[in-house]
Amino acid sequence: MPDPLLSVSGLSAFYGDFQALYGLSLHVQPGEVVAVIGANGAGKTTLMRAITGLIRQAGEVRFKGRPLARLRADEIAATGIALVPEGRLLFPSLSVEENLIIGGQLGRKGPWDLAAVYALFPVLKERRAFPGTALSGGQQQMVAIGRALMSNPELILMDEISLGLAPIVIRQIYEALPGITGEGMAAVIVEQDIAKAQSVSERLYCLQEGRVSLEGRSADITREAIAAAYFGV
Amino acid sequence: MSPDMSRMTTPPAGLQVSRATPASRLAGIAALILLPVLIAAPWWAGSFGLRLMGEFCLYLALATLWNLLAGYAGLVSVGQQAYVGLGAYAAFGLAMLADVPILWAVPLAGVIGLLLAVPVAALIFRLRGAYFAIGSWVIAEVFRLFAAQTTSLGGGSGISLAPEVVKSIAATRPLREALSYWLALGAVVLVLGAVFLILRSRRGLALTAIRDNELAARSLGIDIWWTKFSVYIVTAGLTALIGALIGLQKLRISPDSAFSSNDWTAFVIFIVVIGGIGTLEGPILGTLLFFLLRETMADLGSYYLIALGIVAIVTMLKAPQGLWGLIRARWGLELFPLSRRVRGPNP
Amino acid sequence: MDWINAILQGTLLGGLYALFAAGLSLIFGVMRLVNIAHGDLIVLAAYLGLSVTTALGLHPLLALLVVVPVMGGLGYALQRLVLNRTLGDDILPPLLVTFGLSVILQNALLEVYTADPQKLQAGPLETASLTVGPLAIGVLPLLMFATAVLVIAGLQWMFYRTALGRAFRATSDRQDIAQLMGLNKAHVFGLAMGLSLAVTALAGVFLGIRTAFDPAGGGSRLIFGFEAVIIGGLGNLWGTLAGGIILGVSQNLGAQISPGWQILTGHLVFLLILAIRPRGLFPRIDG
Repeated sequence: MPDPLLSVSGLSAFYGDFQALYGLSLHVQPGEVVAVIGANGAGKTTLMRAITGLIRQAGEVRFKGRPLARLRADEIAATGIALVPEGRLLFPSLSVEENLIIGGQLGRKGPWDLAAVYALFPVLKERRAFPGTALSGGQQQMVAIGRALMSNPELILMDEISLGLAPIVIRQIYEALPGITGEGMAAVIVEQDIAKAQSVSERLYCLQEGRVSLEGRSADITREAIAAAYFGV
Repeated sequence: MSPDMSRMTTPPAGLQVSRATPASRLAGIAALILLPVLIAAPWWAGSFGLRLMGEFCLYLALATLWNLLAGYAGLVSVGQQAYVGLGAYAAFGLAMLADVPILWAVPLAGVIGLLLAVPVAALIFRLRGAYFAIGSWVIAEVFRLFAAQTTSLGGGSGISLAPEVVKSIAATRPLREALSYWLALGAVVLVLGAVFLILRSRRGLALTAIRDNELAARSLGIDIWWTKFSVYIVTAGLTALIGALIGLQKLRISPDSAFSSNDWTAFVIFIVVIGGIGTLEGPILGTLLFFLLRETMADLGSYYLIALGIVAIVTMLKAPQGLWGLIRARWGLELFPLSRRVRGPNP
Repeated sequence: MDWINAILQGTLLGGLYALFAAGLSLIFGVMRLVNIAHGDLIVLAAYLGLSVTTALGLHPLLALLVVVPVMGGLGYALQRLVLNRTLGDDILPPLLVTFGLSVILQNALLEVYTADPQKLQAGPLETASLTVGPLAIGVLPLLMFATAVLVIAGLQWMFYRTALGRAFRATSDRQDIAQLMGLNKAHVFGLAMGLSLAVTALAGVFLGIRTAFDPAGGGSRLIFGFEAVIIGGLGNLWGTLAGGIILGVSQNLGAQISPGWQILTGHLVFLLILAIRPRGLFPRIDG
């Protein structure tokens, strides 16, 4: 097996005195699509925030073999990790195009630029001058994905990209996914919809109360195993 | 200090809720011994000492009031000199222009401060958070400029208390000095007692709740605006009372000194920050330290203020709970029984 | 005619107040920081101008070439070394630390330059005037006003048209997500404070040319700037210019009634506007 792109081992994370992750370990290979599932409060979003340096953590996170523990969030971003945060969190005072441009302000080279994002999500080009937050939820999600792509990351983390969206919009966004990961970019997809998570990923982790309760090849895992890992029965 | 007063709810059997600690009981006994000694000061302290102790009392009162405002109610005013000056001007005005006996003029000045704080609060409470601070400074400037326009009280150059009014305080100078000191001592006891009782009341609990989490406090049905408003006007009234006593001690007022930002705000803020903001003990410790330093470093002039400013900034950055916070963290001391402790039955 | 002249002079004075205010407005917009030492930093800039003009024999306006970058650098350092440590949910630390800074600056200036009022000598520029009909318009006030308009236009352009402005707005919107874009929050805030104090440098040098200054004058400069910001409406730079003009005109009209009423009238107009339009005259409409 080649060296993993991202390896997390013994990761614990805290909100003040509250511990949200307990010695969690996972890894992502270059170009691999990994899904993370779990009930609300299982620690999925915390895991995303810990990897990207937004919250205090203990344990080891290595990206391309380099430890990230001592890096600030902006330095971690510069190593080639991008996050599509839960709730999209666009910048309200920036236009759609500015939201995309600021995503690319690190200047990392790669296939993604404004034109490529507009080709992926043509509707954004029409709305480029609108304030980011004036768009529909689905379009905002496209901006959030585009903003992350603009930094040409080697690893993209997508946190609940279908949350609160209509099924038709979700389908539209997931149809764009192969166009993203097809470029050799690795992805971690946090998803509530287990069937969706299984169908888009090569491997899958299930979290329960801040720990990994199940991992394996997405195609091989049975629904029963997932149900057991999901609810801890 | 008073014994345990928390009888609002009955704790489950076997558990005891109490606020008093051995340290607080000891502090209470010490205060009871100290008070008569302090009252007797005119017989054992010289004229200079008496003056210094009177000033100490007034500074401690100002610091305690500002601490209630900023440390507990989150109203970071940098313009409390507005009420110090107002109190002094009101007392002088009442005594010299309206022939009110000077000892009546002092409490009346407090009432005037309280009443005037009502429209002021209605105005500057519109400024959110940090901008409230500068708004409070504007108010102090407005008061100062009005004082400078009051020609009947000397306009811009100020005025001395008329000799006949001075004589009406007390016949002889030593008696006058003693009276002035007793008033200051009485005022600080009043202020400490009032703030202590406010913090122990339901309103005090509400203040703590607001300070810890404004949103949660609101969802519990605490009227934040009204709580802050009442703290603001009570503080203003008491600050004006102290201002009147400061005027009485100095026997002279002028717009620049009565509304001095350095004397009545900068020093007071440094005292509270260094001593420990958000604790009742902090201002006492801070005032002691302030006078100790001032009496040894006074001839250093503005270097003294620079040093105080640096110490205050370092305190804010490194130990935001101040000296008292450090002491409390280390030894768990609490002289004023404010926190509740739950004790189980002895095993 | 006196009244028309008072309004005209007040308008031009408003430009100076807008310069006092612009830096304050900028850092509040980017990091919600209220800098109580802002006025003392304006006075510091005036004294730096004095030292540069006397040491190098330069015209005060040329001294800006030194004072602006020095103040800008000072702002960046101040933010990185001190003020960034105070930022958070609690408003107490930044207020008290900048308050302490204000007292320190005031007294340090007192030690270095004494309490004697000083003035920057700008030669014939101080008295030059244009005659328009019956009115005489001073060249210096006109220059100050034009500078204020240019500074505000420049800030507006920077905010909405440049990468730096984008970084400022993004950081102001969502600090943590902005970091995920690779923006170092501490650096962005440092740049904002640097820019704020660069504008302050302009304000200080113009202040020093226009009028005598002393170490104790910082407080009132902070207050004038603050009043201009609130009158104009938070977050609206052109509103701040309008606020400065309203303040300047109010003060000059007050002075027409009685010299003692000049500053007081400005404060009263500010309080009046706070009473009837608490969000200012031109509040920003948030999208």
